[in-house]
Amino acid sequence: MFLSMNWISDFVDFTGLDKVDLIHRFSLSTAEVENEIFFKGSELSGVVVAEIKSVENHPDSKKLHLLKVDAGEPELTDVVCGAPNVRVGMKTAFAKVGAKLGEIEIAPRPLAGHMSYGMCCSESEIGISDDHSGIMEITDDVPNGTDIKDVYDIDDIIFEVDNKSLTNRPDLWGHYGIAREFAALAGRELKPLDTADPEAYSELAKVDMKIEDPLCQRYSCLQVENISRSVSPVNMRIRLFYCGMRGINFLADLTNYLMLEMGQPMHAFDSRKVGKIRIKRFEQPFVFQTLDGVERNIDENTLMICNDNTPVAIAGIMGGLDSEIVEDTTTLTLESATFDAASIRKSTVRLAHRTDASMRYEKSLDPELTVPAIARFLYLLMKYDGGVKVVSALTDESAFEYPQVDLSFDKSFVDRYTGIEIDNDTIVKTLTSLGFKVTLDGDKFDVLVPSWRATKDVTMNADIIEEITRIYGYDNFAVNTTRSPLYPVREDVVKNNEDRIKDMLVKRYSLHEVHSYIWAYADEQKALGIPVEENVRLLNATNPNIETIRRSMIPTQLCQVKSNVGYAPDFGIFEVGRVVDGVDENNLCVEHKMLAITLYSKTKDVRTLYFELRDMLATIADDLKHKSLGYKIAQPKHCYEHPVNLNTIILDGVEIGKIGIVHPTVGKKIDKKSSVVFAEIDMNAFADAENASICYEEPSKFPPMDYDISVVVPAGVFYADLEHCWKNEGRGILKNTKIVDTYDTEIFHSITIRFEFSSAERTLSSGEVQEIMDKIIANLKEIKVTLR
Amino acid sequence: MDNRIDVLREEIKQKLSSVGDLAELDKLRVGYLGKKGSITALLKGMKDLTNEERKTFGAEVNKLKANAAELIDKKVEELNRRAIEAEIKLMPVFDVTTPPELTRGSYHPVTLSQRQCEAVFKSMGFTVEDYAEVVTDYECFEAVNIPKHHPARDMQDTYYLENGQLLKTQTSAAQNAILRKYGKNLVENGVPIKAIFPGRCFRNEATDACHENTFFQMEGMMVDKDISISNLIYFMKTMLSEVFRRDIKVRLRPGFFPFVEPGFELDINCEICGGDGCPSCKHSGWLELCPCGMIHPNVLREGGVDPEKYTGFAFGLGLTRLAMMKYGVKDIRDLNSGNLKALSQFTDDDN
Repeated sequence: MFLSMNWISDFVDFTGLDKVDLIHRFSLSTAEVENEIFFKGSELSGVVVAEIKSVENHPDSKKLHLLKVDAGEPELTDVVCGAPNVRVGMKTAFAKVGAKLGEIEIAPRPLAGHMSYGMCCSESEIGISDDHSGIMEITDDVPNGTDIKDVYDIDDIIFEVDNKSLTNRPDLWGHYGIAREFAALAGRELKPLDTADPEAYSELAKVDMKIEDPLCQRYSCLQVENISRSVSPVNMRIRLFYCGMRGINFLADLTNYLMLEMGQPMHAFDSRKVGKIRIKRFEQPFVFQTLDGVERNIDENTLMICNDNTPVAIAGIMGGLDSEIVEDTTTLTLESATFDAASIRKSTVRLAHRTDASMRYEKSLDPELTVPAIARFLYLLMKYDGGVKVVSALTDESAFEYPQVDLSFDKSFVDRYTGIEIDNDTIVKTLTSLGFKVTLDGDKFDVLVPSWRATKDVTMNADIIEEITRIYGYDNFAVNTTRSPLYPVREDVVKNNEDRIKDMLVKRYSLHEVHSYIWAYADEQKALGIPVEENVRLLNATNPNIETIRRSMIPTQLCQVKSNVGYAPDFGIFEVGRVVDGVDENNLCVEHKMLAITLYSKTKDVRTLYFELRDMLATIADDLKHKSLGYKIAQPKHCYEHPVNLNTIILDGVEIGKIGIVHPTVGKKIDKKSSVVFAEIDMNAFADAENASICYEEPSKFPPMDYDISVVVPAGVFYADLEHCWKNEGRGILKNTKIVDTYDTEIFHSITIRFEFSSAERTLSSGEVQEIMDKIIANLKEIKVTLR
Repeated sequence: MDNRIDVLREEIKQKLSSVGDLAELDKLRVGYLGKKGSITALLKGMKDLTNEERKTFGAEVNKLKANAAELIDKKVEELNRRAIEAEIKLMPVFDVTTPPELTRGSYHPVTLSQRQCEAVFKSMGFTVEDYAEVVTDYECFEAVNIPKHHPARDMQDTYYLENGQLLKTQTSAAQNAILRKYGKNLVENGVPIKAIFPGRCFRNEATDACHENTFFQMEGMMVDKDISISNLIYFMKTMLSEVFRRDIKVRLRPGFFPFVEPGFELDINCEICGGDGCPSCKHSGWLELCPCGMIHPNVLREGGVDPEKYTGFAFGLGLTRLAMMKYGVKDIRDLNSGNLKALSQFTDDDN
């Protein structure tokens, strides 16, 4: 919203104060002002009022005229002018030689062979409207040669306030409310508005008006006739233009002017079309043509202003075409009303039509404003159009009353909230200047909130704190730390594990952390032949590609791997992100925090890569939990999982995730010749596993003894099965086992296992080791594992 | 007899001078000093001598033996030295100025920013909380004083799910849960609530270089008796100064956020121009960084904390925005792209 300092200055005397500085203070204390401040008229000089004394057609041009103008100088000035509306006797804005219009400096120059000593200007050229159809016509009686800036309020400081920062301030949607803030900031008086008395016509008949729906909170109206003026005063038009509105005609301009001044939208109906005002909703939807000529679908929730049963306006949004003021309108009905904010907001969204009026209504306007707005309107109307006659009594009906907001609090409350000392006088002065009625009894404040702040903005004591502190100025606050007692802070295990896993994956395994979206990437997955799994969907996704929430991060990562093919021959990515596994019995999403890792390689065979990933996970478990992971062959449920190599990962007997090789069909779509493996682990399940403590064993002083055996392992037997054969046979001296060699032929698979024996107390005898080994070999034989 | 010793001495000297390697030298040593060596043989022939002669001769032979051993040791030393010299001579100069092959992974830039912020708050006794991404309407809106049809809901275009839940539009969605989690300890034991909660947020809006539908925020809150606006300014200024590692000037402007009252927009002086005005700060010298304020009494009440007894402040920091500012990322979409050309550049960072 654009605001005019001239307009604000109507209500506050700023003598001796720097207006730009005040605008900056307004930005820090009230609402955000956009950075660019416009100094209107600052680039305009040397433009005077001049009268056209003679007009001749240019001999060589159909468009141009040769003028002699009286610019208040002893001699008439020769001017060549191309405007169509030139005529003798007309007064206009004339830029003399040496005048400046922004970048342009007026100099004598020949136009089609005739010298021109100046330029007659359109309103657009002097920056007071966008009208460039012809030169400006000045109807006011001003001596020729008077500087145009002395005639009209062209010099002005215009600033823009971010509308979003006014969302909670219905009182700031007009200059008068803004002026109240400036008055409080400047410590100056806010002048009352000049008004007419609309109550003075009570002997006349009231308008036939009835609120039939409580969504209309208040409806005030008045009928006037005999409006003769059609063009608005220039200064009024300039203000409207500077504030971003186009001049239309006197009446429309005046309603706009009033809205920009007081924040109260108003509407004028042709009284011939609107004689019996009813405010209501309709049960059946219908089509309604608004005054912009657009046909709009009205449903049963939209509040309408009607002439009896004929809708004539969408309440609070826009008038209808049929009831608009036209050329031969003689009597008109002025509407000044308040409607339910939420209802207007919803209608605006439904109609996809936001207007200057609806924007204000959405903010919960003060219902006490409707009558003062009519009083002000009437004052301005009569001021600029003397013949106007009021032909009805003020008709005013309320269907809703806001409760009066009374607040009371102690000085100690203010101290506690602010943390600084603001004295009672300052508090009283600040609140009073903002329109609050304050009674101070000792240290106890009783505050009556003014109606324009009471609709939703100021309803409780904390709101009062804001009023006091923002005017006091946050820059003036002393900055203090708290005196809260200190307590130890324990870190969340999941968070701790997450951080350490990230460190390991990045630092030790050189993986890259990526981020992705919580939904399945339908298009990208399609390219890999991975259908989107059925799951909870977004109701209002604008893009069908992102409609379904993912159940696993693996498809996401496979898509990301594909898009990175070519980045490097080998790389790995990981992410800690979320998936949703359907809904639970309460219809709430079952969300899991997962760690997903995908490795890609063009140089390593898939077995090597698979084991690299396995060792990564095993190292993580060993490092963070001092535990080893278990694996169980899993049946693939998804097309991207390898039918043979997919394992469930087990920690402490709990399934915490899976590890697998990508299915060749999908793998080949990622990259024809490459290995891709993946793993996904539930972070909470992982974190739940207790951290085993480190069991320190003193290094033995006695020599260890290794015992190697080579065995043939039949298909279907896993190393984990072998481990069972020695798990309980070690007698405290078998400290470790490892595979030291593998040997595969077409017929058999053989491994060499090293058994490491040692004792802290004695030198081992070969006899006791042999005894254990014999038992182990016997156990192995039982599961068909034989010595080679 | 005597001249046999002299002959041998001369012979040893001569032979040693022509020895070229350690193997030859060893042969030589065995040839003279070994069990069957020529010097040893001299001693064996002593039995025919008189006691007197034997004494003299023995002493002479032993002298020769010691002398020979010394010469051989010297020769060994010399040969070893020569071998090392030869090895050194063979060694080329390695060019360590060639480009190194780095083995390094990378963190997501948001992780780096998040960790820097977390470190600051942990050092001031805040807990780091985790929260869901799918939340209820109550958590995201109702519990933080944004009732149905509140205009603030318009400002945040929400992704709704078909089960009635939604993707959280703001980290404030966790405020209620955190108040409930720690409120009891506050009331019963006087332990202030000090928590930060970083997390992913979602807004249903079209994406471009400056807009993302998925981004990170970090919310923080502190609740205790007598927490004031003055404290809020202190914490924001301190935290931001620590994060940016310089003295940050902050300023507060009134801002409207339903979950705080009073609410503020916090600006910091522009890092790029130092406050003089530049295109990055739209020539104002200030950058809008994060909304903050005193927690709205309704929010405290809804979280089971009595607003008559306790006050608190809360803030919401744009982690994604912070990371972009810090690393000069111009297109926000790079962050969720998974594009390693962009993301692999972010190795660990403690700056």
